[in-house]
Amino acid sequence: MAIKDQTALKVVLDEGADARPLESSERFALVNALLDKGYAVARAVNGDAAKAAGPDVLLLGRFSEIRAGAHQIDAFDVDRICDAVEQARSSAQGLKHGEWKPWFPVIDYDRCTNCMQCLSFCLFGVYGVDEQQRIQVQNNDNCKTNCPACSRVCPEAAIMFPKYKAGPINGDVVSDADLQREKMKVDISALLGGDVYSMLRERSERAKSRFSKERDSDKALKERQKCLVKLAQAGDIPPEVLMSLPAPDEIQRRAEEAKAKAQAALASQPV
Amino acid sequence: MGDCFMATPRILYCHCAHAQVVPREVKAAVLQKLCDSNASFEAVGDLCEMSARRDPALKQLADSGAIKIAACYPRAVKWLFAATGAPLPKEGCEVINMRVQSADEASGRLLATDVAPNLPQGKETAN
Repeated sequence: MAIKDQTALKVVLDEGADARPLESSERFALVNALLDKGYAVARAVNGDAAKAAGPDVLLLGRFSEIRAGAHQIDAFDVDRICDAVEQARSSAQGLKHGEWKPWFPVIDYDRCTNCMQCLSFCLFGVYGVDEQQRIQVQNNDNCKTNCPACSRVCPEAAIMFPKYKAGPINGDVVSDADLQREKMKVDISALLGGDVYSMLRERSERAKSRFSKERDSDKALKERQKCLVKLAQAGDIPPEVLMSLPAPDEIQRRAEEAKAKAQAALASQPV
Repeated sequence: MGDCFMATPRILYCHCAHAQVVPREVKAAVLQKLCDSNASFEAVGDLCEMSARRDPALKQLADSGAIKIAACYPRAVKWLFAATGAPLPKEGCEVINMRVQSADEASGRLLATDVAPNLPQGKETAN
C-alpha cells in the first residue's frame, strides 16, 4: 500500500477535568517514548480531548471512571502503555511507523519555475504534473533514501529534502552564492557527459569491455566501485542508490520516458 | 489580523523521529519544557511522514488559527504543509527552528503567548 493511502493512530493523553494529571516526569517519559516510536500524541487539558475523539484516536488517562475504548493508566509503566498503544494500532490496522524513512522532495513553489528539469531527471517516477501541468511530487515513497540528486539539477534551488544535512536543500534560506553553486553543479553534470545516467551507461559499457579482456572479477569490481564513488561525489548520490540502479538498457528506457513526460508537460503549458 | 489569531496559539512539536538532524538534546529539552507547562499541545513523531501520508490532521492544524511549530526550517515547514493542501496561516504562524536555535531560545518562543510570524513570504534570496 502506498504511504499516502495509510492512516495512523493518534494518541490523546487526557488530563482534563475527569482525569488526574500525570507527574511532569511521567508525562515527559510517556510522550517521548511514544514519539520515538513515531506516534502522534496530543496532551489535552480543559476538555480538549473530546474534540480529538475519533476512530483513529486512542485516549489514555487516569480517569476517575472507566471509559469504554479508553486506556486507563494505573501503575505507571511506559513499556506497558506503549504495548497497549501498539496493540490498538495493530487492531485498527494503522500505519506501522519506522518502516519507511520519510525522505522525499518538497517543492518550494515560491521559487519553482516549472522548468521540468526534475521530472526529466528522476528515473523513479517521483514527479508528475497536475491538471494544470504544474510539477508536483506524486510518489513520495519511490524516492531513494538520502539521495538529493534532483535538488542538484534544480536551477532555482526550489527542491528541498528537509532531512538533508546542509542548506539550502534542507530548507535553509537560499543565498546568491547557493544559486551560483547550484548552476555550477548542473554544468559539471553536463561536462561529465550530459547527465549522470548517460555517464553511468558509458562507464558500464567500458566496464563490460574490461570484463571481457581481463576476466579479473576482483579488479572489475574495484573499478566499478571507483566509478561509483566518483559519481556519488559529483551528485552527492549515495553509492547504494547507484548500486541499485537497473541495467543500462532499463536506465535508458526510463530516462527517455521521463524526458518525454517533461517535454509533453512543457508543450502543454500556456505561453 | 483576524480574531482567530487573538486566542492562545496552538502548539505543535515535531520529534523528527526518523532522522538525526535535530540535536537530540534540544528536542529533549524543548519537550521537557512543554511537559512541565500547563499547556495543551500536539506532538508528532515526524512531520515529514505526515506530509507524505497527506495526513488530514495537518489540515486541522493549519485551519485552527494561530499556531507555533517547533520543528526545522520555516521554508521546509511551510511547503510540507502546503504539499498536503493545508497552507499555514501567513500572519498566524511562527516556526521555531530546533536545528539552529538553542533549547532555551526554542522553548521560550514556543511557550510565549505572542506569535512572531516568520513564514517566507514569496521568493526570498539572501545576499
